[in-house]
Amino acid sequence: MTAFILRRLLQSLGVLIAVALIAFLMFRFVGDPVNQMVGIDTPQAEVARLRQELGLNDPILVQIARFIANAARFEFGISYQFRLPVTQLLAERAPATLELALVSAIFSLAVGIPMGVYTALRRDSALAKAFQAVSLIGVSLPTFLIGILLIYLFAVTLGWLPSFGRGQVVRLGSGWSTGLLTVSGLKALILPSITLGLFQMTLIMRLVRAEMLEVLRTDYIKFARARGLKTRAIHFGHALKNTLVPVITIAGLQLGSIIAFAIITETVFQWPGMGLLFLKAVQSVDIPIMAAYLMMIGFLFVVINLVVDLLYALVDPRLRATIGSA
Amino acid sequence: MSIKKSLLLATAVLAIGLSAGQAKTLRYANQGELRSLDPYTVNETTTNAHLGHVYEGLTSRGKDLAIGPGLAERWETSADGLKWRFFLRKGVKFHNGEDFTADDVLFSADRVRAQGSNFTTRVPRDAKFVKVDDHTVDVVLTSPNPILNSQWDTWYIMSKKWAEANNTAAPTPAAATTPSHASLNANGTGPFKIESHQPGVRTVFKANTAWWQKPEHNLTEIIFTPIASNATRVAALLSGEVDVIEPVPIQDIERVKASGNAEALTGPELRTIFLGFDQIRDELLESNVKGKNPFKDKRVRQAFYQAIDIEAIKTRVMRGLATPSALMIAPELVPWPKDFVRPKFDPDGAKKLLAEAGYPNGFEVGMDCPNDRYVNDGQICQAAVGMLARIGVKVNLNAQPKGNYFAKVLKSGNYNTSFYLLGWTPGTFDSHNVLYDIQGCRDNPNSSRGESNLGGYCNKEVDALTDKILVETDTAKRNDMIKQAFTITTNDYSYIPLHQQALAWGVSKSVKLTQRADNSVLLYWATKN
Repeated sequence: MTAFILRRLLQSLGVLIAVALIAFLMFRFVGDPVNQMVGIDTPQAEVARLRQELGLNDPILVQIARFIANAARFEFGISYQFRLPVTQLLAERAPATLELALVSAIFSLAVGIPMGVYTALRRDSALAKAFQAVSLIGVSLPTFLIGILLIYLFAVTLGWLPSFGRGQVVRLGSGWSTGLLTVSGLKALILPSITLGLFQMTLIMRLVRAEMLEVLRTDYIKFARARGLKTRAIHFGHALKNTLVPVITIAGLQLGSIIAFAIITETVFQWPGMGLLFLKAVQSVDIPIMAAYLMMIGFLFVVINLVVDLLYALVDPRLRATIGSA
Repeated sequence: MSIKKSLLLATAVLAIGLSAGQAKTLRYANQGELRSLDPYTVNETTTNAHLGHVYEGLTSRGKDLAIGPGLAERWETSADGLKWRFFLRKGVKFHNGEDFTADDVLFSADRVRAQGSNFTTRVPRDAKFVKVDDHTVDVVLTSPNPILNSQWDTWYIMSKKWAEANNTAAPTPAAATTPSHASLNANGTGPFKIESHQPGVRTVFKANTAWWQKPEHNLTEIIFTPIASNATRVAALLSGEVDVIEPVPIQDIERVKASGNAEALTGPELRTIFLGFDQIRDELLESNVKGKNPFKDKRVRQAFYQAIDIEAIKTRVMRGLATPSALMIAPELVPWPKDFVRPKFDPDGAKKLLAEAGYPNGFEVGMDCPNDRYVNDGQICQAAVGMLARIGVKVNLNAQPKGNYFAKVLKSGNYNTSFYLLGWTPGTFDSHNVLYDIQGCRDNPNSSRGESNLGGYCNKEVDALTDKILVETDTAKRNDMIKQAFTITTNDYSYIPLHQQALAWGVSKSVKLTQRADNSVLLYWATKN
């Protein structure tokens, strides 16, 4: 088991170096950071000096090497725009993103799985058809449009929920700020987490439905029926449990993408998380923030994949042997 | 009920009544963020306006942009124009209780010119600041400068003691490895104090009750939140979650007006949007004309100018929210704007001019345009492409994000453009800036003249006038020379001025606010019901 984890971590190092290389090649096309840092009537001599100070005149390979050497020590430099350490900025913004991702993941699982089970068991009922229709909307409408529609309905027209921000946050210790402990914080979470979780919810619903239908046709379910087990026990004890293996894979990977792609939702709702920070950094060519964020997301995906692999072992005893011996 | 009890009760009721009557929080959302509190980090209108609530300059600018006294009560100039004496206001205190004195002015003059400051041009490098006494400062110049203090309203005075005690006596450098105290904290003399500041997320200003001036506002608190998404910003205003937003996107102005709980304040902005030509290279970088540069021919520039249907741009692209301009400076900033008129829109005449210049069938040229910098900038360029097609010129438009655009067209990108769209507000609100920075010759590599003159327009006569304008202290004479210079550049068709885009602020009906033409949102003039 330890060997398995170690090997995975080593692989992840390779992934991260690849991410750094690709990211740096991309940065050459996002424009010139220096012009974004100063007013337009700044003397060019000053602009040139700034570029020199930031090391932007060095060859690209030197810049990459410097970045990787610093990243290995968790030094991601100072944001061009904020003049603050990138790690501090990301740490400040992380709670917002993680809370939003967590709530929307819970939302998508808590709503998606029951909906999937229901549509599988009562395929022909009107409600199941309604669920299917809703899921089509969830899959096909782009996130920003859903967000704006929700804002106009619930914030502008009805005035029930806030249209932007995190509401009142409470500081827990020095590092974490939470919106989960205040009424305004919880209200502020509703619209963004639905927006962010809707796509995942429909995905999970459709996946559970398809898997469930598949499993219900298998022999052991038929035998279980023949044995006279209760329908409830068959559906939830046997069928549902066996549909969950692929659902865990998808849900795990989707958690990664919920965090990584919260960018759009965060922008629509002005949610002060890492995604918004990243998007603004792209607009103002703030390379240190972009680089650190991309590295972090790369790392996150590696870790999530690892955790998913380990979870398999818990759910499916047959896999324990392969992982254990690896 | 005992007397004591009822007295207590009465006081409590009074206190509640007072605080309910007095606690006025104004919530303000801008599309941009407040990144650093260090007042010398980035010279940009929005940031300067934000920090103007906390810090003050020696001068101030009023609602009509007129220069008035600020931390300096008054000033006088010597006869030769080489010495300015500033009399500082007495009894002014910084937010931490320190007295404001001449030492702070001297300190700020050094800091603003130090490496890492983006405001080095606020104060001439060779100007000497001399402390006469605690409340008098002399500024000694090497050459007369009638507009010395024209930008001092945004050269904010910092406290020497505070900066030195917090190890922030130098401006936060770009390549700093540790955050500077001044970028997260502020200690000014202004009408508001910083209560809390989370960069890019939220900044809370509290009214400074010890301010030296009687406040015009009735606010106790300002909560500033950036909201980058246009739709969300408008939604937040319409739902009453914020009181003031800047800007309102053009397409939402009607909706804000129709909403009933907010209105849109609009007016022409000082920025002039214009088109420029590369007229310095012998061959254009992006064109099918080889061996010569068509833009060196004045007739071609005139033809382009006459081919632009400015009314169509105003009504279709800008939805009426633009003021067509014939000048390269905002009409508000010169005394004789009416004397300049745009040549008539005349595509046939333009075609003839092109034919005379030797291009009867037009030619092909590349155009650079930002698409996220000015109001509807990308669409303006697309409209221009269509209009120029009518006179046979095929324009290959390269509309790009500002990060890429500025990297390509500015000096740092070696002025890599043939035809471009740009906007310019003279930072000094004075014509000299326009004549020097965007109409001045680029021929001397050691001078900063013409650094933003991306097309390299050059007329020595204009340069000579510009130099005289810089040192002329007689206002009438100076204005005459400015007019002369603009007449030459206009007749040269050095640029195609398009329009001033409109300012558009969304303001809740419960708030009264003054809109200043430089697009500074200054909430110390705001009152809230």
